[in-house]
Amino acid sequence: MRQMLAFTLLTLLVLASGLGLAVAVLSLPDAPTDLAARVDAGLDDSGVSHPVTAVLLNFRAYDTLLEIGVLLLVLTGTWSFGLERRLDPEGPVGPIQAELVRNLVPLMVLVAGHLLWLGSKAPGGAFQAGAVLGGAGVLLVLSQHPLPAWRHPAGYRATASLGLLVFLIASVATMRDGRLLEVRGREAGLLILLIEVAAAISIGAILAALFAAEAPETATSLDERKEPQP
Amino acid sequence: MSLSTLYAMTGVALFSLGFHALLVQRHLLRKVLALNVLGSATFLLLVGMARRGGDTPDPVPHAMVLTGIVVAVSATALALSLARRLKAAQGLVRLPEDMPE
Repeated sequence: MRQMLAFTLLTLLVLASGLGLAVAVLSLPDAPTDLAARVDAGLDDSGVSHPVTAVLLNFRAYDTLLEIGVLLLVLTGTWSFGLERRLDPEGPVGPIQAELVRNLVPLMVLVAGHLLWLGSKAPGGAFQAGAVLGGAGVLLVLSQHPLPAWRHPAGYRATASLGLLVFLIASVATMRDGRLLEVRGREAGLLILLIEVAAAISIGAILAALFAAEAPETATSLDERKEPQP
Repeated sequence: MSLSTLYAMTGVALFSLGFHALLVQRHLLRKVLALNVLGSATFLLLVGMARRGGDTPDPVPHAMVLTGIVVAVSATALALSLARRLKAAQGLVRLPEDMPE
């Protein structure tokens, strides 16, 4: 009885808050500054020609820097829980799956590279490319392929932190008058490309590692355990 | 009603659904899913509102949503790992039925 009452009360409360939210959204005043126009005005100086990429990696580059930091932090946190891969091999991977993954993964790497390159002038970029790379990694994990750097924990950690490291080094190297992440023109284009390549690789590695959830050390010991003892 | 308002209102409705599930559900996996619905609703709202200024959508909310999606995915991964850790430690992934008075 009390539970029913609480449930009804909660539902009414949520409905009321939803109505309030709808009213608030509908009665929003027009934006005081036209951000789209300001982005357009600065686009020529940003090093890329796609406005979203310009915002992500030039005008609001701090967001992206911290975001890659968050990804790395989450990976460190997940690894610290000491989880084991739950996909216990229940028999061998089927031949269709094995063949599909063998053919699909190189194609996905190609698509990721294309998306990455596209980012400077069309929708695409490091995150989209990283997501496709991460998907390829998940496929590899699901079909019991060890991830490329899986057997070398140090190399895997380096791949995962590459994006943040390159971003930090590049932004400090181009710092002028103590102002971080304020680059323009051709220099900015090169910088963005460098950061995006490193970020895409790291994002892919981190997403695949988050899916597998176990720390690389556990993974190697697991692989050793799986091998038949002589 | 313009298309961007329709998107925004769908976002508000999904937000309420996710918020309700987050409060009501006891299973932690469902709470994580509810948080995801709630987050996606916010992204939908932001992207929908990005179009209200003029013909070309405002790129700033789009970039923020892109950042938000990545952070939401990683937060979900951390929450799921925590749930698995809880399961290993306690044997269940639910909140207790009755809180002590």
